[in-house]
Order: sequence, then C-alpha cells, then structure tokens
Amino acid sequence: MPSPRYWREVPSRYRLEAARCLGCGKVAFPARRVCPHCRGERWENTALSQQGKIITATVVRVAPAEFTMEAPYAVAVVETPEGARLMAQVADCDPATVQPGMEVSLEFRLLRQEGHGGILCYGHKAVPAG
Amino acid sequence: MRDVAIVAAGMTPFGELWHASLRDLCVEAAMEALKNAKTDQVDALFVGNMSGGQFVGQEHLGPLFADQLGMSGVAAMRVESACASGGTALRAAFAEIASGLSETALVVGVEKMTDATDVTEILATAADQENEVYHGITFPGLYALIARAHMQAYGTTEEDLSWVSVKNHKQGALNPKAQFRREVTVEEVMSSSMVSDPLRLLHCSPVSDGAAAVLLCPLKEAKKYTDRPVKILASGLATDSMALADRRELASLDAVERSARKAYKMAGMGPQNMQVAEVHDCFAIAEICCVEALGLVEKGKAGSAARTGYTALGGCIPVNTSGGLKSKGHPVGATGVAQAIEIFEQLREEAGERQVEGARIGLTQNMGGSGASSVVHIFQKV
Ligand SMILES: [Zn+2]
Repeated sequence: MPSPRYWREVPSRYRLEAARCLGCGKVAFPARRVCPHCRGERWENTALSQQGKIITATVVRVAPAEFTMEAPYAVAVVETPEGARLMAQVADCDPATVQPGMEVSLEFRLLRQEGHGGILCYGHKAVPAG
Repeated sequence: MRDVAIVAAGMTPFGELWHASLRDLCVEAAMEALKNAKTDQVDALFVGNMSGGQFVGQEHLGPLFADQLGMSGVAAMRVESACASGGTALRAAFAEIASGLSETALVVGVEKMTDATDVTEILATAADQENEVYHGITFPGLYALIARAHMQAYGTTEEDLSWVSVKNHKQGALNPKAQFRREVTVEEVMSSSMVSDPLRLLHCSPVSDGAAAVLLCPLKEAKKYTDRPVKILASGLATDSMALADRRELASLDAVERSARKAYKMAGMGPQNMQVAEVHDCFAIAEICCVEALGLVEKGKAGSAARTGYTALGGCIPVNTSGGLKSKGHPVGATGVAQAIEIFEQLREEAGERQVEGARIGLTQNMGGSGASSVVHIFQKV
C-alpha cells in the first residue's frame, strides 16, 4: 500500500477531509459519493475539527501482526463536533483509563509500518484533551 | 412462490480437524445429507464460505465441490457474506426452490480455518479495511466496543457476559458435534485472559474447522426424501453500515432487527411465537444484542437473560441449544447452515438431551462482520 492504495486515502487520513451533504446537512467521513442518510449526491468539502468525545472504547490486547509491538493499546469511536464518528487509537495515556465521555484531541501520528519494506503509514490518533 | 422444505442434513463434528482438508469437510457433510435423503442427484449446489481464498488459497468452490461430489455439470455457486455466508447460502437455495428454478438444492456451509496462520487478519477482512482495520482494531475489539456501549446504555456487566458463555457451554456439552463439550463456571470465564476489554477469551467463539449441509426441495415433494420434513416459513436478509462508527446506535444491531422484521412479516408471526432459537453468539455480547434485536428479550434487558435461565434450555425461549458458536465452534461459513440443522433436529425431535419439548416453530439468525449483515430464517414442523 505504498502506492495508489495508500495515497488515495491521504486526504482523509492526513487532513481529516470530510464532506457535508447539501441535502440533509450530515457530515460523511471520509467523503463519499452517495449520502448514506438521504442518498443525496451534492456535497461541500469540510474538514473535521481536531477534537472530539469518546463514544465507546476498548483495549486491544491480542493485536494483529503489524501492531503486536504496540499492544496493549486503546481503540475508540470518537465523535467530532461536526457529528462525524471515526475509529482511532487513543495514545499518550494508560489505555485502561480510556472511557466513554472522555474529551480528546486528534493528532497526526505514525500508525504502523506495513509489509517487508516497512512502509510508514500515517493518520490520526486521539490523545486526552488538555 | 412455492413452499420449501428441508428434507435432510449432514454435518461434520466442529473442531480442530487436522486430518481433514476444505474439500474433505465439504464432501463429508454433503454425502451424509444426500445419503439421509437416499438420493445422489441435485439440481443446484450452493456453497456458504467466507474465505477459502485466504484461509487455504482456494476460490471457485462451486465447481470444485460439484466435482468432488461427482456432480460436475450441476449448477453450483459460492455465496459470501462473511460469517453470515452459510445462512445467506441457505437463503439463496430457498429462493432457488421457491421460484421453481430448481427442484432440489444442496446447501453446504464450510470453513477450514486451522490451516491458516493469520486467522485474526483474515477475519478482520469482514470489517472496513480502510477505516477500521487500518487503525489496529480486531474482531474481538469491534465487539468489545459494542459491549462497552451496551454496558454504558443498559448497565450490562462483565458477569452478565460471562453467563452467556456458561449457558452455551452447558448446552454444548450435550452436543456430540460440539468443539468444546464441557461446562465452564462463571469464575473460569471471568478469570480467563483479557482479549479486548471487556471481552475475555471465554467470551469469544473459537477458531474451528467444519462443514454442514442441508437438502432443500418443494414441500409437496418432500415425502420422497423423508417422512419428517421441516418447512422453511420465512427468510429475511438485511444490512447495516459497514463501519461500526456509522451505526445509528452502537449498542443495537439494526441489521438483525431489520432481517427479523422481514422474516416475521413473511411468516405472519412474531417473536412470541418462537419456541427455540439459534443466534449468532460469536462473542457473548453478540447473543445479548441479537436476542434483543430479534425481540426475544426486551431491549436493554438481555444482560440477565442467560443468568436467570430465561434463554437457557428449559427457559421461556431456549437460545443456542446446540452450544452456539461459543461451545459448538464457529467455522464461519458453516455456522449458518449448522444453526439450521440444530432447528431441523429440534423440530424433528432428534435433539436428544438438548430437546426442547414440543417445539414446533424455531428461528435461526446468522450475522456477518460486526453486524453489517444478518439473515434470519423461521422453520415449522410439518
Ligand atoms: Zn444527506
């Protein structure tokens, strides 16, 4: 995924680029062609705030191969002020302390190295706010 | 549409079957079903399989299995909907017979998981690769996120989750085909190793090999094959957002509710009419959310249903008398067909020590991914 598959996702992963539906006003992240709420196809570009609130969270202790060095780590569903929800790891804290309701900011981080070539994969992680 | 019946079933034991290949498993279950129906001919073969390509590097399973069964030439196809592949293949076969396209259809659900080294990664392909798996989530992790949301919304506890495993192991101990034929205590479950908080090892279904097969034909032809056919009253299939983050509510499984609503409508029945149910307990929290979405237990109240015995053998609505995915095992593509076999046996009064006395109506619910797809079937004793 060094490669087209990786760079196609760069706008959402690097810049949290999203889209607001001109039909119903809901925000889709990442941007998509058809609105899942009203099936509208007209959008305006927007970017998510780099902050949000944790809706639900877990601590992954048995991790996939590419993440075993990092386990245990927290993963959460985060809701941004725009109403978009996304999945993100929660870093810079004891994973066991990550709970629903926690305020976080979204920071640009290295997520993992992929494949034998060690391709660096970036994106956003949540960290406790303040 | 014509009325459709299941007239025969065949199933391998579920477990770590080192001696058996993907094709061996398929042939064993399929031949048992055909022998039970005293036939060697079918018009169509439907294969439920999640990922032969990734588990053992084998795709194109329709013609492979037709060939292995000595049926080359027959119409054959593979149906995929992740862990709901088996139930979805059953639905495809149901439609094939109901429509009049074929007179007999064999459904084989099969998965060979133990040959693979990266099972966690393969199962994760049923989640959203770009937006979930990319961030390091696993399948237990996705259901752990659902569990936390259910705990937050309804006060469900880790002990509630553990009672689901205790109940299903107790029932699975009575099933000769089950992978784990032993009971576990709530203490054992709660002290097993943490996989993804709050889900522990004994809240999770195992990695399994296995196959299950059923033979379908029009109800009016059923007596050619058996004196105790079981009618398929209804089939409901529905979907939800692929990514968990996009769900309406994280503690609810809307695809399950939608698939159930369709099936109940088609059967002209409601949850109160169900007398036995096999539901998709890939993780303990899944059984809790599924019985709520199916309307078998009131929303938000299923946490205590296993502990109080409401969903246990002998209770108001026995759930997973086979032991469920937890104890019977979960060869993903085989699961949906195996669920149908448990209900088939229950309605034919062949379930032995697991028999629900007087059961005439039963339900199966088979789910894909973190709940992005669900298929429900309702069966009736003829
Ligand atoms: Zn819209």
